[in-house]
Amino acid sequence: MSARVPAAGPAGRALARLVRERTALAALAALIGIALACLFGPALTGHDPERAYPDLRQLPAGLAAQPDAGHLGSALERLAFRMRARLEGVVPDGDTMRLTLGSDAGVDRRSLVYLPRSALFGTPEVVEERDAGRSLVVAVPIRHLYFPLGTDVQGRDLLTRCLVAGRVSLAIGLAASLVALLIGVGYGASAGFLGGAVDAVMMRVVDVLYALPFVFFVILLLVFFRPSLLLMLVAIAAVEWLDMARVVRAVTLSLRERDFVRAARALGLGTPRIILRHIVPSTLGPVAVTATLLVPQVILLESFLSFLGLGVQEPQTSWGVLIAEGARSIEAAPHMLAAPAAFLITTLVALNLLGDGLADALDPRSA
Amino acid sequence: MIRFILRRLAQAVPTLLAVVTVSFFLMRLAPGGPFDLERPLAPAAMDNLRRVYGLDRPLIAQFGYYLAALARGDLGPSFSFRDRSVLDLIARGLPVSATLGALALALATGLGVGLGIAAALRRGGIVDRLLGLAAALTLSLPSFVVAPLLQIVFGLTLRWLPLGGWEDGAPSHLVLPVITLALPQIGALARLTRASLGEGLRTQPVRTMRSLGLPPIRVTRHALRGALLPVVAYLGPLAASLLTGSVVVETIFGLPGIGRYFVEGALNRDYTLVMGTVLLVAGLVIALNIAADLACAWLDPRLRVAA
Repeated sequence: MSARVPAAGPAGRALARLVRERTALAALAALIGIALACLFGPALTGHDPERAYPDLRQLPAGLAAQPDAGHLGSALERLAFRMRARLEGVVPDGDTMRLTLGSDAGVDRRSLVYLPRSALFGTPEVVEERDAGRSLVVAVPIRHLYFPLGTDVQGRDLLTRCLVAGRVSLAIGLAASLVALLIGVGYGASAGFLGGAVDAVMMRVVDVLYALPFVFFVILLLVFFRPSLLLMLVAIAAVEWLDMARVVRAVTLSLRERDFVRAARALGLGTPRIILRHIVPSTLGPVAVTATLLVPQVILLESFLSFLGLGVQEPQTSWGVLIAEGARSIEAAPHMLAAPAAFLITTLVALNLLGDGLADALDPRSA
Repeated sequence: MIRFILRRLAQAVPTLLAVVTVSFFLMRLAPGGPFDLERPLAPAAMDNLRRVYGLDRPLIAQFGYYLAALARGDLGPSFSFRDRSVLDLIARGLPVSATLGALALALATGLGVGLGIAAALRRGGIVDRLLGLAAALTLSLPSFVVAPLLQIVFGLTLRWLPLGGWEDGAPSHLVLPVITLALPQIGALARLTRASLGEGLRTQPVRTMRSLGLPPIRVTRHALRGALLPVVAYLGPLAASLLTGSVVVETIFGLPGIGRYFVEGALNRDYTLVMGTVLLVAGLVIALNIAADLACAWLDPRLRVAA
């Protein structure tokens, strides 16, 4: 049996170097963690992202079970009012409590459905009836709800909402980056490979586009035509492909005269085929770095647009939307800004660190 | 030199024309108009208004009139700010945005380039490693998170600085907006300087200088000159975007700059105000790019020949 040969070839060496970059690996782990949490988390938190608990609005982050003593009282007051009954006694008894409800016109048993409907209590059981139905003693199980990151203005679980929002933010980030990547690679590789006047004209177009206040056009588009996910995706991709085109063109220029490309041409391969089969694969290193750094830019642009109210619209949500909500109620409930901002910033930092690590690992000069 | 500037200015004309055309027709294609109120105006009043502002003419004619006025330096009247011209509004808002932008630019350039040099000189050292993390962090801090955070910490909790407002540019009102604007750029500039200077220090001439025993300061100064090229090229568009204000910063801190005009103008279908703002931004981007190219030519004699 031969000893394990260390991975050979540039790709293997780059992989080995990436493994040595501990920050980049930690960043990659964090990203996978966030992505998995966004994908599967909402099913595990025990809350529907749209489920509002009107009695538990703007709860701060914490691990205690809800409703706690403070919120129990106000929730019961509100429910008793809806049931047109007086709250005559509350006797807590472990996980259940004994409620004494009174009403001069008699307590309507059907109104007891309000209790489970609030989602804070289980199904009530009538224990005793007094004064010919004018007073009712019921045993009500108290549910234990957990909101680790608190709730928002409408009393929705913030953790669930952050995770659901993350799906949208990450999906837009990846999709728009992918579109930008395809345009940028195609454009840059063509310009670099064709060279000469074609290259000059194509790059001149890129220069002109760079000079346009593009983000302004994106805002214009989104203000004038109803904001939709597709429009935003197209708009962001249309803005962000320029860097990629420049990078790919520069790499292509240096590849164009290399022997393997000449050999391909000597074999009679057509230009599109050479670009696709020989040029593009050789640009993958710098493209991977640029793409990794492109995704956080796209996510940032998406959340910026959503923050302005031009991006993702209710009932869909994204980190930018949640941050905007948090910024509006920052004095009363700072956790509403902190939670989505932490998700967004962690993702962006991780992507940036991963991009840096990739750049270092792919740099042929580094040891 | 003069010829270079003139040629670049001539190249700028088609770009600006493209900007004007695209934004003009994009806006007019959009549904809604500047006089749409919640309670619709009487048809006669609407017709009157449209006639006064020239909106009843065919679109192409309106475009022609706009271009003609533009050539005279007239950006037209604003639709949403009654009795104010767009030029007037820009003249009021630009000083606010430009003051903040210039301060932020100075802060970001000083700190960013300084930190970048420190990191490049001691590659793998403490400054370098911390900077790698810090740059990734500041690049990832969106202004709409930083601004409310700064408000909470320094405005509400510590009560050192005002929460917002302009107050004729009183220094205490400038601190938080300037920090918010500068923060992400410090990271970006530091990273750029580090990469560029790091590469510059490894080039053959620099190695030769070092082997000849020149003092490190002189070697660094020499390498820095070339290494600043990408930084200067980056500073051009950056300056343009900082000087023309930020919607987010101006909204959160309640500042009367021009960053807000754009989004508000677009929402109100204030055609002329939006056009004016877009033109201003595009013009500044082009002008500052030319300035950056000139600065690059001054730094690197080879570029003078190419230009």
